[in-house]
Amino acid sequence: MKQLVLQLTGEGGALAGVPYHLVAALAMLVFGAIVVFVFVLPVAGVTSWLERRVWARIQSRVGPNRVGPQGFLQWLADGIKNMLKEDIIPTAADRVLFSIAPYLVVIGFVATFAVIPFSSTLVIADLNIGVLYITAVTGLVVVGVLMAGWASNNKWSLLGGIRSAAQIVSYEIPAGLSIFPIVLLTGTLSMQGIIQAQGWAPWHWFLFHSPFTFAAFFIFFVAALAEGNRTPFDLPEAESELVAGFCTEYSGMRYLLFFLAEWGNLYVIGAVVTTLFLGGWQIPHVTDNPVLLAVLQFGVFFLKSYFWVFIAMWVRATLPRVRVDQLMSLCWKYMVPIALVNLVGTAIWMTVVPARVDRLVQIAMTLAGVAVLVRFFLRVRFQLRRAKLRAVDYYYSPII
Amino acid sequence: MSLGGYDVEVQRPGGLATEEMTLNMGPQHPSTHGVLRFIVKADGEVMREAIPDVGYLHRSIEKIAEKVGYHGFMPYTDRVDYVAAMPCNQGWAMVSEKLAGIEVPRRAEYCRVIACELNRIASHLLSVGSMGMDIGAYTPFTHALREREYINDLLEDLCGARLTFNYMRIGGVAWDLPPEWVPKAVAFLDRFEPLIDEYNALISYNKIYVERLANVAVITAEEAIDYNLVGPNLRGSGVKFDVRKDLPYSVYPEFEFDVPIGSGEVGTVGDCFDRYMVRINEMKESCRILRQALAGVPEGSVLAKVPRKFKPPAGDAYVRVESARGDMGWYCVSDGSEYPHRVKIRTGSFTATSIIDKVSRGLMLADLIAVVASFDLVAPEIDR
Repeated sequence: MKQLVLQLTGEGGALAGVPYHLVAALAMLVFGAIVVFVFVLPVAGVTSWLERRVWARIQSRVGPNRVGPQGFLQWLADGIKNMLKEDIIPTAADRVLFSIAPYLVVIGFVATFAVIPFSSTLVIADLNIGVLYITAVTGLVVVGVLMAGWASNNKWSLLGGIRSAAQIVSYEIPAGLSIFPIVLLTGTLSMQGIIQAQGWAPWHWFLFHSPFTFAAFFIFFVAALAEGNRTPFDLPEAESELVAGFCTEYSGMRYLLFFLAEWGNLYVIGAVVTTLFLGGWQIPHVTDNPVLLAVLQFGVFFLKSYFWVFIAMWVRATLPRVRVDQLMSLCWKYMVPIALVNLVGTAIWMTVVPARVDRLVQIAMTLAGVAVLVRFFLRVRFQLRRAKLRAVDYYYSPII
Repeated sequence: MSLGGYDVEVQRPGGLATEEMTLNMGPQHPSTHGVLRFIVKADGEVMREAIPDVGYLHRSIEKIAEKVGYHGFMPYTDRVDYVAAMPCNQGWAMVSEKLAGIEVPRRAEYCRVIACELNRIASHLLSVGSMGMDIGAYTPFTHALREREYINDLLEDLCGARLTFNYMRIGGVAWDLPPEWVPKAVAFLDRFEPLIDEYNALISYNKIYVERLANVAVITAEEAIDYNLVGPNLRGSGVKFDVRKDLPYSVYPEFEFDVPIGSGEVGTVGDCFDRYMVRINEMKESCRILRQALAGVPEGSVLAKVPRKFKPPAGDAYVRVESARGDMGWYCVSDGSEYPHRVKIRTGSFTATSIIDKVSRGLMLADLIAVVASFDLVAPEIDR
């Protein structure tokens, strides 16, 4: 993008004479807008549809399949429906806070896309504090949620908001502590820098770098799920306990915005995990064509990050919800200490272990990871086969 | 995570004024299983008291009996407990037969047992499914309801209705088993029995699930008897009492089955998990009864000769049946006329609500949901 801006503002460019920084800022805004409207919103929408379909299959239902092929356009129908709905603000609510709370939540998640590196060139802003920036702006979500809970003037909303505040603030600590080992290894906070320090092959990923980074990966993923209010940590909007938690009083588009943020946030979790631990957009050298390269890198990055979205859906369909005290004890008694051990362990590892052993460990870890995956798939296959029971050959209900 | 319970001692720094919050849980709340209301006084997430407010679903069913007569009251009994309507049918039929001294044909008794046990499985499936949903796992619910659909289909074949059956009559049952129905029911059992183990693998021993239910709302055997808990709630506390076994009625003495009781396998005897597990095991026992009953249905008529103008002699009668929610008592006073003088129904859900306040003090708000689900409350049964 830098070259493009330089071309535009340089001698003979279309915008010759205009200050460079102004054009650069404008270019970033335009690119950001394109990313938000062409990528973020559709991805969040499609994720909502996919989640409902995946969920339905796991629950032996059908799921939305009416709007478009396989119900693919359901998210558009839902969006239009919600936009046309009346936006009710309760009389007792704090009107201003109530109105702006959903936007804060959405800003908190959309702003993260500014630093997500889709490919070696496709990134809005490669900040030198990229990772720190992500943890900072996702912190904005808690403000919005707490604001929504408080402004609704509803006790269930308030409980949901308070739960959310306690939860997000707590889980940011293990999440942050799990990023540190990677920062130690690369010596940079820039997302592109972290990806460039890894390779395309799994044994070059930080996931398999050492046992400590391996553990850090899982802690980060679980903590990110908790920050995103996903099952098994969906206490702030626990339907069976708090009606709908902090969004009980919301309706129409504002209600949808909370869920847009939740589904979009899933992709952000996947993208950050991919960047930090799974080698990001790294692909083997296949072409020199910059456009083709960008497309390939984008595809690899998207697949890797969307895989974790799928895992999150799967987890949501499988696990029950923990209780508040269990949530807190899990965070403070287990995850924070383990994350601290990871941090110190990585630091010691870097100074003590020589490079040759390092390589051996990486390959061994990769093999172990492959073994775990194979075992997992065998187990899934075994369960699926066992579950294939003969259906009773009579039924009237169309569901079965 | 520790498996044990937790001590909640809220420490306040001096001078910080706090107050308890009164929460209205219900009547419209996703997980109160019907129109049931709890007035919860909570200190943050910790409940100080949770008082059930019943009566939203009172429909004067007992009074209606005095106006519609013995035969006419049968459809109303479905509405006493719509999740398990067959035992209610049976209770009313049995109390009327006892008043009039009517002998029920053996085939009809078998039909009744088969219908009741199928209905018990359906009710327990709904109970354990919604338990999962209240804890936050949605998948077990749909899987449980899928199997319940098969039972509904079977019962629809049997009596034409899927929820409020109106199947039994004073002196027998309304319809004989349809042709080819018995093999269908056996096919269902063949499918369903392995699925119980699969259900356990899916959710029952899930770590989070166990943590949420074990050691929560422990009710000792003495407390359970003092508070008059019945059915799975009583047996969850380790008391081996089942009306089908201890005060046998119908043809239950002819069948072999066990009475599962809570064992405290993951926590203390009498916690939410035990009550849940008793229901799972009772489904297996119901399958056993069903297999024996389906194999041995005798020939004969299904309805004794009962006059249209049913006038039992003056007197009173009390029968107890084991409904899906436990010992269900039917008391009827007859003055010799066509209409009952007084009918009283004693239901398990009503007595279970009385202990909720006691066990839920000091628990968390999320636990109240688990407690309510573990008692398997059905709101219309509480109020009638």
